[in-house]
Amino acid sequence: MDENYDVIVLGTGLTECILSGILSVEGKKVLHIDRQDFYGGESASLNLSQLYTKFRPSAQRPELKGRDRDWCVDLIPKFLMANGELTNILVHTDVTRYIDFKQIAGSYVYRNGRIAKVPANEVEALRSNLMGLFEKRRMKRFLEFIQNYDEDTPSTHQGFNLDTNTMNEIYTHFGLENGTKDFIGHAMALWHTDDYLNDVARPTYERIILYVQSVAKHGKSPYLYPLYGLGELPQGFARLSAIYGGTFMLDTPIDEVLYDETDGVKKFAGVVTKEGTAKAPIVIADPTYFPEKVKKTGARVIRAMCILEHPVPNTGDTDSVQIIIPQNQVGRKHDIYIAVVSDVHCVVPKGYYLAIVSTIIETDAPHIELEPAFKLLGPRIDTLMGITEIYEPINDGTADGIYISKSYDSSSHFESTTDDVKDLYFRITGKPLVLKKRSTTEEESQDEATIGGL
Amino acid sequence: MSFPNPATSVKLVLLGEAAVGKSSLVLRFVSNDFQENKEPTIGAAFLTQKCTIGERTIKYEIWDTAGQERFASLAPMYYRNAQAAIVVYDITKPASFIKARHWVKELHEQASKDITIALVGNKYDLVEDDTEEESLRKVSVEEGKGLAEEEGLLFFETSAKTSYNVNDVFIGIGSKIPEAASAGPNQIHQTNNDGRIDLTSDPNNRPRAAGDCAC
Ligand SMILES: Nc1nc2c(ncn2[C@@H]2O[C@H](COP(=O)(O)OP(=O)(O)OP(=O)(O)O)[C@@H](O)[C@H]2O)c(=O)[nH]1
Ligand SMILES: [Mg+2]
Repeated sequence: MDENYDVIVLGTGLTECILSGILSVEGKKVLHIDRQDFYGGESASLNLSQLYTKFRPSAQRPELKGRDRDWCVDLIPKFLMANGELTNILVHTDVTRYIDFKQIAGSYVYRNGRIAKVPANEVEALRSNLMGLFEKRRMKRFLEFIQNYDEDTPSTHQGFNLDTNTMNEIYTHFGLENGTKDFIGHAMALWHTDDYLNDVARPTYERIILYVQSVAKHGKSPYLYPLYGLGELPQGFARLSAIYGGTFMLDTPIDEVLYDETDGVKKFAGVVTKEGTAKAPIVIADPTYFPEKVKKTGARVIRAMCILEHPVPNTGDTDSVQIIIPQNQVGRKHDIYIAVVSDVHCVVPKGYYLAIVSTIIETDAPHIELEPAFKLLGPRIDTLMGITEIYEPINDGTADGIYISKSYDSSSHFESTTDDVKDLYFRITGKPLVLKKRSTTEEESQDEATIGGL
Repeated sequence: MSFPNPATSVKLVLLGEAAVGKSSLVLRFVSNDFQENKEPTIGAAFLTQKCTIGERTIKYEIWDTAGQERFASLAPMYYRNAQAAIVVYDITKPASFIKARHWVKELHEQASKDITIALVGNKYDLVEDDTEEESLRKVSVEEGKGLAEEEGLLFFETSAKTSYNVNDVFIGIGSKIPEAASAGPNQIHQTNNDGRIDLTSDPNNRPRAAGDCAC
């Protein structure tokens, strides 16, 4: 198969698959390769045997019900924000056709030793048992300020400038207590450290708005989750790419990377695999394919996959939930996240619950750092732990044609992933990513034209 | 046109070697059309076609491989919840029949166990006028039937070109799909009220449903 392509993509993680899909739709000839024999790379969902092979190859595994493929365990725990950018991309590319989504039933925050539902609007804030009566009123006024804030109407600004005033100044103005700041900053704006307090307020404002609008979309919580696990997302975009002519080769290690050298500058030229030589002027890859071209960000994430036989206590027996333990509440610098899904999401057989606990490592005994989360979960049938280093590219790729994605970070949603997608797209094409919904008529003629073979 | 019963949605996947006529069979079924020298499948995203069999209306959601099978890279998503599959070979190409055996095995391993599978030997028009001495046919009817019986499959020989037997494949599958297919965890594609979220929210953005088929 010695052939020429416009783009070669290495790794089938979500970032690579979204770009592969978008570029194929735009008419680029894409060759997409993964050295592993399953889709998803670092963002895959693994079946039971894949999971135990990865995390505990030699040791025994407990008796677990169900067939191998009744288990789809995410390697990276994240949820989609209902009003977030990934949702937007899914809708615009029509990949929603291949994937069904369900809501995450609740969003909880840890405070003073117990967990409580995160209030997402003024009404819920007034009912919440997170705050005393006076604090509720202050919280209500704060949320009204955020929701009514209108760029063009200075009277709604209450004297603040989101680009110069810090978040702390705004909190102080509304007289909010530290515990309230914790859940606004960590459970709504989803910051996982307190660094945001002394930064300008705009990013926090935008994150709160994203949270509030996402809750408003379907109620209950701001989060969505694909049936059969997050691994469906890369598969869906891979299918989009394939439908528009992308060629996929899994289980295909890269034997050699080819370069062209002109005036001492080495540029990417192609790859050699068991199938032959494939040439392309550019490559998009996850960090594992070019270890010499990425650097550690310094952050290391510990993730623990916990198998439970009961819903998480004190969450009203919900089938799925996110729990955030703000760093202040347990004397840390980074929050601990717990993401819980169950058989209603078709990721475990009936009767099981899957809780993935994660945080950024701060000590030499990372597993002990997760204890506060384990306490909330109750008995666990099994716990599989892994530590991952977070990488990012050293260069932007424009010089050598090698465009490398970032590792999936510890954040609880996909907003940083889609930022990376847009950033890569801009670096590769020189223009910003504009998503246009294909109109229905276009689509119809498209269908006809294409089954007829364009 | 109105339908007496709400349509049962059935996810149907196509499998088979390149160029055996998978997309052509779909084109014939959905649009009653045929094209010589069809290019390999590009862009046939997601086709739907309603089909009335007696009292029942079945809405096929047809998934074409989009070439991901070329290097054995079909995603689990492809088989997921498929209630029907058409495994196609070309009766003038023995290698494509060997490949069909492989796909049947793969389906038994990957798909839900109550999937309805049809084995289809395509390009019948090429052998129609054959004489005893000179025949393009390389896979006999008996071989096809034999495999189908062994594995419990429906069996047809078809021509997407002349439309011979094409609708019969889809009617045959539809008649074999159990009436109560909408129950059970493996058929979640059928019910719409179990808390699944429509990301598009705007009802005008839903995938269009194609017209009725000729059957
Ligand atoms: N004579 C004849 N030609 C056919 C028939 N069906 C398909 N063809 C031709 O066979 C070629 C391949 O058909 P496709 O429908 O593209 O086959 P496919 O299996 O979808 O191929 P890929 O998408 O590449 O996997 C085209 O040139 C068609 O015109 C048939 O019944 N008779
Ligand atoms: Mg085809």
